[in-house]
Amino acid sequence: MIDIPWDFTVIPSYFPRFYGAAWLTLQITVLGILLGLVLGLITALMRISRSKIIQGPALFYIWIIRGTPLLLQLFIIYFGLVEFVDIPRLTSAVIGLGVHNGAYMAEIFRGAIQSIDRGQKEAAYSLGMTKTKAMRRIILPQAFKRSVPPLGNQFIIALKDSSLASAVSVRELLLTARQIGSSTMMMLEMFVVVGVYYLLMTSVLTVLVGKLEKRLKVSDRRS
Amino acid sequence: MIQVKKLNKWFGKLHVLKDVDISVKEKEVVVIIGASGSGKSTLLRCINFLERAQKGQIFIEGKEVKPKGKDLHLIRQDVGMVFQHFNLFPHKTVLQNVIEGPTQVKKMPMSQAKELGHELLKKVGLEDKANSYPSMISGGQKQRVAIARALAMQPKVLLFDEPTSALDPELVGEVLVVMDDLAKEGMTMVVVTHEMWFAKEAADRVIYMDAGRIIEEGTPEKIFSKPENERTQAFLKQIL
Ligand SMILES: Nc1ncnc2c1ncn2[C@@H]1O[C@H](COP(=O)(O)OP(=O)(O)OP(=O)(O)O)[C@@H](O)[C@H]1O
Ligand SMILES: [Mg+2]
Repeated sequence: MIDIPWDFTVIPSYFPRFYGAAWLTLQITVLGILLGLVLGLITALMRISRSKIIQGPALFYIWIIRGTPLLLQLFIIYFGLVEFVDIPRLTSAVIGLGVHNGAYMAEIFRGAIQSIDRGQKEAAYSLGMTKTKAMRRIILPQAFKRSVPPLGNQFIIALKDSSLASAVSVRELLLTARQIGSSTMMMLEMFVVVGVYYLLMTSVLTVLVGKLEKRLKVSDRRS
Repeated sequence: MIQVKKLNKWFGKLHVLKDVDISVKEKEVVVIIGASGSGKSTLLRCINFLERAQKGQIFIEGKEVKPKGKDLHLIRQDVGMVFQHFNLFPHKTVLQNVIEGPTQVKKMPMSQAKELGHELLKKVGLEDKANSYPSMISGGQKQRVAIARALAMQPKVLLFDEPTSALDPELVGEVLVVMDDLAKEGMTMVVVTHEMWFAKEAADRVIYMDAGRIIEEGTPEKIFSKPENERTQAFLKQIL
């Protein structure tokens, strides 16, 4: 018999050891996404402003974030914040992931806002609404609906990207796998375990977003 | 009610409105006709300040409206608009569409707005559709909702930009009847349309536009039966 160095039969018994790490991954992801949504919406609104002074910072932010690797951004925030300002590592990972996702979500929101037929804005104006009111009551509700599919996609990317927090010593799934793996000499097995965790979480997320999409039924396109 | 003096509008180098003068009296119904691209929509949009004319003056109730003013939204409360493609809010029900203006802009209490909304929907014959979404009703019904929505702001004047031209022929009548009723009630209206029935039935005055200018105006009888300008004659021959 060939001696296989791997023992996948141990996998089920190791699952519980990752509960805490999975919880941490979930926290980084959810908080990162929430921060990203807020930053994304603000940036999108700045981006579509007619004033160059308001547009400028938004463009700059998107340019920087999309032009550099997330891992580098995490390092910069980690060494910039954790070392000097002494904030918790988890927080710095959340900020890193949030700031990163904000730039991508800004583009999603901007695309959705600009895809709304201009007749909608004109109808709102013709009722006497101000720009702000028209945006809040008429444009944004429709734009949010249209953002759901691409946002869902971005959420899944964010969930997977949270694994990069392992590089800045946050004991989420991936780092935990490396630690348990090296102490038990079962590296590959532990990677398979966290792989299953990620798959489970992304699958649940996909189903949830799909359900939301259906509920919002993007049927009422044009009126 | 509305006076437009020497209005000029350019899109880039394209001179779309050339020294347009119009005045609309209270309770008057003015129909604007003219070939595609002659500037009819642009004129209405300038009156409602959805577009800004570069030159000329617009007076509403004797007061000049300066396009720079931050109070454009206040002016627009008095100038309703009905669009070719309805532009109903798809995320709101029929009733919510109608009461959006009064509740959000005029701060009318919800109960009062709903009462007004139902009343207006009844007037356009759509009481039973109050809780439908725009995607669930026909084009003719959509346009009647749009009219009710504009009326809900109790505007001093209503502008219509080809309100029936996006409709299937069999749905045109129901919208024109509603508009005709409004005209008979004394609503001040400026209507871009090529529906001769409406023009003859409801218009006090018909204006013919060509290439950004007003070429001829007069009573429907005069314009339709003995137009003076040869371009008006040629145009009418085409559409009649
Ligand atoms: N936003 C715009 N930018 C540039 N050109 C425009 C714009 N809107 C209209 N135009 C041009 O201005 C001219 C007048 O257009 P307008 O829509 O007012 O004509 P119209 O009389 O309403 O025509 P139609 O019967 O086709 O609706 C046309 O040549 C049109 O191409
Ligand atoms: Mg037009």
